[in-house]
Amino acid sequence: MSGLGELSPYLVLILVGFLPNEIWRLLGIVAARGIDEDSELIIWVRAVAVAVLAAVIAKLTLVPPGALATVPLTVRLAAIACGFLAFLLLRRSVFAGLVTGEAVLFAGALLFAA
Amino acid sequence: MSSDLAADAPLPCSAIAFVQGLLASFRSVFTLVLIGTYVGIGALAHDYGFSIAWVLVSTTLMWAGPAQVILISALGTGAALFEVGLAVCLSAVRFLPMVVSLLPLVRGPETRSRDLLLPAHFTAASMWVESFRLLPPLPRERRIAFANGLGLGFMLSGHVGSITGFYLAASLPVLLTAALLFLTPMSFLVSTARNSSTLINQLALGFGLIVSPLLSYFQVGLDLMWTGIIAGTAAYAVHRLREALR
Repeated sequence: MSGLGELSPYLVLILVGFLPNEIWRLLGIVAARGIDEDSELIIWVRAVAVAVLAAVIAKLTLVPPGALATVPLTVRLAAIACGFLAFLLLRRSVFAGLVTGEAVLFAGALLFAA
Repeated sequence: MSSDLAADAPLPCSAIAFVQGLLASFRSVFTLVLIGTYVGIGALAHDYGFSIAWVLVSTTLMWAGPAQVILISALGTGAALFEVGLAVCLSAVRFLPMVVSLLPLVRGPETRSRDLLLPAHFTAASMWVESFRLLPPLPRERRIAFANGLGLGFMLSGHVGSITGFYLAASLPVLLTAALLFLTPMSFLVSTARNSSTLINQLALGFGLIVSPLLSYFQVGLDLMWTGIIAGTAAYAVHRLREALR
């Protein structure tokens, strides 16, 4: 059941890309109705959002998509750890964290190419 | 003389706020991250035979980097449509708590629901993180326009990246594509950490990083959702406990 051949690529995009993705944002609008910015519920929901984001970070690092999977797991873990350390040491600079993480990923991938 | 202009010009303050949001997006570190990420997505889409128009429409409609990577690689490798839709749907769970926590910050007492459609659609990690940093000092009536400008600016950067990646695809080495895909987890981690000034959000980030691999290891289904609920609630519990002991 590949299906892509018979359906227009744009119809496929709407059915399995746009709709299953956008449904959560629309539910968010409905759920946010009448909730106060400083309420306890919002404090909890924001913590849940941060935790889901953490899960996305872990997944993209541990089970990465496409070309990133060609970089060994230890190199990916070292890169994200060094990036985070640089962020903490260099005045919580996002840019410093990004540059360090990417540099370690490059160096590690070149050194330990599988 | 330009200061008088602002006072009596018919230009509504929402238009000014929109432009301010747009400009703020280009000063954000996320502009670089988004260009880089979408160079990777554009190259991926090219390799799987999608058209550049399809890529730009998918970014405009979905505005979700990880979900677009899933969609493109799953469709490209001929996965069943139902399975693709389910994978996209599960990865997008994060938008629910993001939108629920962002909208009360964006809206004012007289905001209509339909005015929230656009800010909700623009909600993604980049815009969500930057909104919590940039919106609080702004007057309430300007926040929606500012958020829309911010979101549109980020989306335009994504489009620039997609077009670049699509046409460079053939000449991009595998390691560079890997490095571009690595931008997403790296930037999500440091920008979320920077924004987590309160203990509860720092704990939610830390707990989430531990709980998610555990759930994956034990092959628990819907692991994104469960990580959010378990780690988020645990962080909230510590926060309540600390308040109670104070």
